[in-house]
Amino acid sequence: MIQTFFNLEIIAASWPIVRAGLLNTVLLSLLVVPLGLIGGLILALLASVKNPVVRWPLMAWVDFFRAFPPLVLLILLFAGLPFAGLELGGFVCVAIAFFLNTGAYYGEILRAGIDSVPAGQIEAARSTGLSRLQAMTYVVLPQAVRNVLPDLLSNTLEVVKLTALGSVVAVPELLYQARQAQSLTYSPTPIVVAAVLYFLMLWPVVRLLSRLENRALARR
Amino acid sequence: MSSWSRFAETFLNAKVMHRYLPDILSGVVVTIELALLIVATGIAAGLALALLRSLGIRPLNWLIIAVVDLFRALPPLVVIVLIYFGLPSAGLAPSGFVSTWLSLAFVLMAFSEEIFWAGITSVDRGQWEAARSTGLTFGQTLMSVVLPQAFRLTIPPLTNRAIAITKGTALGTVVAVTEILGQASSAMSNSYNPSPLMMGAAAYLVLFLPVVVAARWVETRFAWKR
Repeated sequence: MIQTFFNLEIIAASWPIVRAGLLNTVLLSLLVVPLGLIGGLILALLASVKNPVVRWPLMAWVDFFRAFPPLVLLILLFAGLPFAGLELGGFVCVAIAFFLNTGAYYGEILRAGIDSVPAGQIEAARSTGLSRLQAMTYVVLPQAVRNVLPDLLSNTLEVVKLTALGSVVAVPELLYQARQAQSLTYSPTPIVVAAVLYFLMLWPVVRLLSRLENRALARR
Repeated sequence: MSSWSRFAETFLNAKVMHRYLPDILSGVVVTIELALLIVATGIAAGLALALLRSLGIRPLNWLIIAVVDLFRALPPLVVIVLIYFGLPSAGLAPSGFVSTWLSLAFVLMAFSEEIFWAGITSVDRGQWEAARSTGLTFGQTLMSVVLPQAFRLTIPPLTNRAIAITKGTALGTVVAVTEILGQASSAMSNSYNPSPLMMGAAAYLVLFLPVVVAARWVETRFAWKR
């Protein structure tokens, strides 16, 4: 069993391939998490304008991406757009898909955070002479982010896990590299190694989230 | 030809769409089957684990926490690939359908266990003690006092999580499940036309958009009034 699923020789032989994948997964995450956050921030700021003409289309936009599987979005960009004469690489497609998809999720969380800050705070900030933008940046957003920190972290965990979709469009991230190594070595060991690496990388976040959630509950 | 009609000719080609509609529809059926199986088994297993955890047996609880943490930390696609490509080396060869079902059910189990457990622990200790002192057994207390209160708290996060995970049925296409995306992709490569993919995308929206909107309603309906 260990010979098959955790063969040390194969681990040693495939390590350079898997290691490159690990590095790319980290880099990809460092790119798509900020991208999603920027997308989400734009959505949340737009939604904080209490105008139904702005708010309803935004809500539809967010619901659209909550209903749409990210893999389908990715395939649509990667395999559909070339028919319109637009051939983007797998990497660019992943970046766009994440900006749209995870942006919608981050946006929903940040909107809830902004809503959780009492209106009196904005009024007080405005009456001290801060502009609308200043009030948002210095008064509302810091409190909003703190109020929804566990949700933001939980979504970030999901985003990092989602980078594994890159393997479908040939982005050489951890899962893709592990599958390459698997087909080279005819052994499931590289995939087991990839799973172990994902777990080691994300387990601390899962633990932290568990504690944050319990603490939030205890405060109720 | 105007650019719009050229676009429609490529992406919304009536002839191609008509030809591959049956394929997409059969994909819809597979997606629905898979989604229902995942939701039913995943949530049931999650509730079972949360109930086991409430018994307070230390070593058992550590085991439950370990399993839950594992499936919260691993990307679902990695679990699917591991089961589908890994298990044959151990002499088991689950189909793509079974691999996808098991993987996503495990993931939903992990998340729903956490949610149910949070719900159960949110019920005040005094309620347990009061119920037990009126003569209810442990099981009766759990069933008639704790769970009804816990469920209310769990419904919004549970619906959101269930939607996010059942959307993952599209991942089945990686292991050759003939669900919507799988059907749409093969139809696209057979016809060399992206219209089937557009149909597939529309099918996902038709399936999941009502659920997302309903979840929004549920979220406000079951929100704790503080």
